Amino acid sequence: MRQLILFTLIVVAGTGGELCVSRAMKQVGEATSFHPVQIAKVILRALRLPWMWVGVGMMATAFFALLGALSMYNVSFVVPVTALSYVAGAFGGLAFLNERVSRQRWLGVLLVAIGVTLVFLGNR
Amino acid sequence: MTPDKPLHLKTFLMIAVMIIAGPLGNVLLGKGMKHIGDLTLWPPAELLHTALKIFASPSIWLGIASLITFFVAYMLVLSWADYSFVQPASSLAYGVVALLSYLMLGERVSPLRWAGIAVICLGVFVVGRTNPRTTEPA
Repeated sequence: MRQLILFTLIVVAGTGGELCVSRAMKQVGEATSFHPVQIAKVILRALRLPWMWVGVGMMATAFFALLGALSMYNVSFVVPVTALSYVAGAFGGLAFLNERVSRQRWLGVLLVAIGVTLVFLGNR
Repeated sequence: MTPDKPLHLKTFLMIAVMIIAGPLGNVLLGKGMKHIGDLTLWPPAELLHTALKIFASPSIWLGIASLITFFVAYMLVLSWADYSFVQPASSLAYGVVALLSYLMLGERVSPLRWAGIAVICLGVFVVGRTNPRTTEPA
């Protein structure tokens, strides 16, 4: 049960956070230079966008759930299981964003699910 | 960006940083959390005590620094490359995390787990190589 709650938080809050951050960064625009001042400017511009803060909040929640999981289980078990976010992403895109999920994409999602199942079985 | 275009050097570099810094950060967090042991979250005084113990650990701070490095590289690369291009390229991170936890933490990774991780990498790669846009631009 504890395992289920922790992994659900890591996967759902983590994926949601990444989508929000991705959306915010597209609004910021391309980083054209690696000069520290330019990088700082890009970061500051990103921090003014609400989507960035929603994303960061969700990622922070996922982070503490990850710390909890890491205190109990091996790193080489916890991190592969978090790949379930690709499964969540496909269903989330389908349900909330009206994306058409191609057959090839479902194949990838199925492979991830099989891989996570193998990791779980290898943990016994 | 379409997957057919050649990798630009800055894209390649940023993805290399992501693939190393991300897994390294997770392994360091794992090291720190294992050292702390059981987490007591209730009553609130115990929660505070646990939080203080977590943030007094050097491994946790090194892990956070490594994950921030990952996050900055990720943000930068997402500003010019598509999420669906970066995603398959970063699928190697799942292999790196198993390798690092074996080398740095001495975790025993069973053959079945290695197989599972390989299938996950393949799956993540296949997911990302599909058409990045299926909805009309807003």
